[in-house]
Amino acid sequence: MRFTTTFLVALRALRRNTMRSILTALGIIIGIGAVITTVAMGTGAKVQVEAQIASLGQNLITVMPGSSSSGGMRGGFGSSATLTPEDYEAIAAEVPNIDGISPEIRDRNQILANGLNWNTNVNGVGPDYPYVRNWPMAAGAMFTDQEVKSLAKVCVIGKTVADQVFPNEDPIGQTLRIRNLPFRILGVLTPKGFSVFGSDEDDVVLIPYTSHMRRVSRRTSISMIRIQASDADKIAEVKLSTEDLLTQRRRGREPDFTVRTQEELSTTFTATARTMTVLLGGIALVSLIVGGIGVMNIMLVSVTERTREIGIRIAIGAHGNDVLLQFLIEAILLSVLGGGLGILCGYGASEIVTYYFGLPTLVPMWSVLLAVGVSTVIGIFFGFFPAYKAAQLDPIDALRHE
Amino acid sequence: MSSPVVQIRDIHKIYESGEVPVHAVRGVSLEIQRGEFIALMGASGSGKSTLMNMLGCLDRQTRGTYLLDGIDIDKLDRNELADLRNQKLGFVFQGFNLLARTTALENVELPMLYGRHRRVTASQIRERAMYCLEIVGLANRADHMPNQLSGGQQQRVAIARGLVNEPQVLLADEPTGNLDSKTSVEVMGVFQKLNDQGITIVMVTHELDIAHYCKRNLILRDGVVVRDEAVQNRSIAAHEMAKLKEAETAAKLLAGATAA
Repeated sequence: MRFTTTFLVALRALRRNTMRSILTALGIIIGIGAVITTVAMGTGAKVQVEAQIASLGQNLITVMPGSSSSGGMRGGFGSSATLTPEDYEAIAAEVPNIDGISPEIRDRNQILANGLNWNTNVNGVGPDYPYVRNWPMAAGAMFTDQEVKSLAKVCVIGKTVADQVFPNEDPIGQTLRIRNLPFRILGVLTPKGFSVFGSDEDDVVLIPYTSHMRRVSRRTSISMIRIQASDADKIAEVKLSTEDLLTQRRRGREPDFTVRTQEELSTTFTATARTMTVLLGGIALVSLIVGGIGVMNIMLVSVTERTREIGIRIAIGAHGNDVLLQFLIEAILLSVLGGGLGILCGYGASEIVTYYFGLPTLVPMWSVLLAVGVSTVIGIFFGFFPAYKAAQLDPIDALRHE
Repeated sequence: MSSPVVQIRDIHKIYESGEVPVHAVRGVSLEIQRGEFIALMGASGSGKSTLMNMLGCLDRQTRGTYLLDGIDIDKLDRNELADLRNQKLGFVFQGFNLLARTTALENVELPMLYGRHRRVTASQIRERAMYCLEIVGLANRADHMPNQLSGGQQQRVAIARGLVNEPQVLLADEPTGNLDSKTSVEVMGVFQKLNDQGITIVMVTHELDIAHYCKRNLILRDGVVVRDEAVQNRSIAAHEMAKLKEAETAAKLLAGATAA
């Protein structure tokens, strides 16, 4: 029999058992849809957790001034004013494996612009600051090294400040006044939301630390130095080099600084990532097993109940291969049809979860391929194998089969 | 006279599946000429169905030779046997064995779809299937599903399917076994008409009156042929049908008279 005829026979067989065909395809649809949806939810959650952790900054090392003590009363970390811009410059120049480094001076000031005023954090930082904090610009640009060196009166502002002071205007290019000094606004940062401690991170104005020290706060020390190591493996090395360098610069005086790493955070991060991966794998595996067994059952039942049909076909002159090819084509058609609809259902269900439950979802290509691959293989195998057995029967035995 | 279409010499069938081998057919020799109309008869267990399955190439003999249209069945493999069934034999089963939820026409077309040697178009297949349905008087039921047809009609569809590839021999295994006496006569009428057109028919039956429609009766007992005779005073389906109609009309008249 020609292939086209077998194809026709297979199509007729599917059509005349519409309900059975739909049920079979449904098994595959649900199997694939379930895998895609659950993996999409898992992946979405994983990406969200990773993004939250990454927003804190990665491979971060902070240098804080040591504690001060006067008259037997000891202040906490950062209470002494011993960290200098020169320390920062030395670290930036001499410690290897650094991706970004920025000093930070914290202060609060009343600012004035556009006829409005607002009390906010005015922090002096270096040009690397947005990079180190993993905090890109939404519009405009960060100030440059040149502007830091020339004590330029420029700034970038956070989202909250932009909203408060320039409610209906584009703040870029405008001027705001700090201590009555005009600072030109170069850019606006992307919204970062609330910090781990609950304060609004976007309520901030960043100016060059040099301008901050000379023109605004007139301080001689800086509050902290943030360093981003080039790689997670280099964190310890960078920490040691920094400590060595600062100790050297103290020339035998007692160390008045602390270098801390995000080790705890990165441990948490790694553990979380591993948990999520294991969770995802488990979900995918269970869905695959459930879906696969569904497909297997419906295929086994439908082919077994058709043993008699196979007997009739062979009795009136079909070759075993004709019957096999017919069942193979049926199984492939159902798998492809069910697979396509299953992918659509998976995407659809993921969208629904995102829309109604606000959970982020992401459909990774591997889950689609895995789900379709496994379901198709199971569908075809269990559609084919019982048909193969039936086609090997003597036609009279197959005919007597009830 | 041309060579016989079926030549069987000392054929045996032994089933080895149980603990004790069953010797179902013990040495049957038989020649069937073209145009014959034979009834195989016998009690259950006499081996008639086994002989029928071997005649139909659904089963192989354990010993002996079987030449169908001059071809030695023993030398063919599974697929060649399937082709032989497709080209030279037509089947009518006791339980009809039509494909469910498939129209009468598509059921009749089926053997032609598996026809390997002839190149025919879909429309030629349709035409031929329609013609066969006309022969059995069911052209107006071509689009009906088996479950929309009566038992007699289903069996006639099965006969049309048996005819569609112009077989050398039409084999029927208790074709009237599931039918009432009136539809049985109807089906036998179709067989007689086909036989009159020259088609060789072999059927299994255990009903004497049904065997009487055939031309030759073979009676088997314990796996051997015990009687082989031509039928005297053959029943003619057309006449029997007329008699039945008469009886029915009489019954109705009578019932009518009583009611009145």
